[in-house]
Amino acid sequence: MRIHRFWMAAAAAFVLLLFVLGPALASTPGTGSFKKDKEIEISFGIPVDESWATNPANYSVYEKPDPDIKMAVVSVSLDPRKVTATLRFKDTLNKAAEYIVEAKDIVSEGKVIGSRSFMVKKSEVQILFSLLIGAALISNYVFTKYLGLCIFFGVSQKKETAIGMGMTFTVVMVLSAIMCWALNAFVLVPYHLGFLKVIVFIGIVAIFVQAVDTMLRKVNPYLFKRLGVYLVLITTNCIILAVPLDNALKDHGSLESLIFALGAGVGFAIALFLMACVRERLEVCRVPRMYQGLPIAFIVTGLFALAFLGFSGLAIF
Amino acid sequence: MNRNLQLLWNGFLPENPIFRLALSLCPAVAVTTSVKNGLLLGIAVVFVQVFSSCTVAIFRSFIHPRIRIPAYVLIIATWVSVIDMILPVVSPEAYKQVALFVKLIVVFAIIISRLELFASKEPFVPSFYDGLGMGIGFTFGLVITGAIRELFGAGKLYGFDVLGFEPLLIMILPTGGFFVIGFIMATFNYLEFKITGKIPKSGGAH
Repeated sequence: MRIHRFWMAAAAAFVLLLFVLGPALASTPGTGSFKKDKEIEISFGIPVDESWATNPANYSVYEKPDPDIKMAVVSVSLDPRKVTATLRFKDTLNKAAEYIVEAKDIVSEGKVIGSRSFMVKKSEVQILFSLLIGAALISNYVFTKYLGLCIFFGVSQKKETAIGMGMTFTVVMVLSAIMCWALNAFVLVPYHLGFLKVIVFIGIVAIFVQAVDTMLRKVNPYLFKRLGVYLVLITTNCIILAVPLDNALKDHGSLESLIFALGAGVGFAIALFLMACVRERLEVCRVPRMYQGLPIAFIVTGLFALAFLGFSGLAIF
Repeated sequence: MNRNLQLLWNGFLPENPIFRLALSLCPAVAVTTSVKNGLLLGIAVVFVQVFSSCTVAIFRSFIHPRIRIPAYVLIIATWVSVIDMILPVVSPEAYKQVALFVKLIVVFAIIISRLELFASKEPFVPSFYDGLGMGIGFTFGLVITGAIRELFGAGKLYGFDVLGFEPLLIMILPTGGFFVIGFIMATFNYLEFKITGKIPKSGGAH
């Protein structure tokens, strides 16, 4: 009986939500999507006349912040069902930006049915996913931005500690990035205290490292012992300060900051694990005596960096 | 030799922060695409190192040992904020290249390790010379790495065209930085082997 009542309440809430959101959804402008670097696809929802639709002069396209700068439309093609049109542009589009496509006096079956505008931008999920991949692989903090080398060389001798460090680091990274974002957005920016960024961020990082240190001491004393001094040294890792600074610089929102930090942490963990695998094998190799220890590690890292250059052209969306 | 001079020399070669102690390697690879960048960051580090060493040496009796690390970090962060406001005014063009790294001086291991190992135990004057020596040694490391990478990567030295062509583009890519540091470290090991007859153990790299 009680379950019954719960479902009825849920259904009522859903219907109410539809009533509230329905008009809002109906009045929003149409949406389009990016196809290739120079193409946008928009869907009219009804069949339109081909002679109208393929005339580039009927469309005006601009980036949302500056409506005065029009993008030059080279040609328009209509699909056989006459519902979706593909606009081809002269210049490459900036996929991170939001574009507005205005279609003037749409003609459907010989009748003019008025103008309509379309919003074209990447969906939130796409943006977040490309941020994640970007931070983890394309611009990996260790191999392409050369940050965090201290811990990278210090803890990468054994796979086991490398994994433990990677996970601990990611946790600290995400927590402190979110906290830094909140303080930056709600305190530092409104009160024009931008010059205090460095001091505030490093303070937050130090707090979280201390917290993880205290927790790990009880939860996993074995790993705690293995990580040793490097656990405290997370505080003096460049990445952990560079990510909040990057977030503040690029005006990332809360979710974007979180995903970016997650990507950076995962990227660091990947780098650490790869390096640990190689260094375990280096132990039994005959390395020239001058190169034993750090010098050979540096050269291996250089080779990894070369390999990671291969990710630089990666674009999923 | 006078002790102060010895401290200066110590930071320059025998305990060079980059090649011998292997501390603060991130900037050593990252900003050394040219001599100019290396020099600018080096000067910023000298400033921060000297001033925070002096600050810690003065206030060392007031800092409780248990909270010393946060206290050091805050002292460093304060001086970094100062230099971060001065540099863009002095040379705005060059600052753009190293802007992120000037802020990241806070987390350079070399500075906090000198505070921990030296300035927290010694009086004002030796701390000053130790900080200065370490800073100069660090600058020397950055400049020499920058010179090699700029010469082979771009065919230039301090922005002037020396070779007239670009022999090895790879040297100014991320990869080149790692290679060059590796080679220089190996060279230092080799020299030490020739002079003292034994291979030194590599630094801790933290």
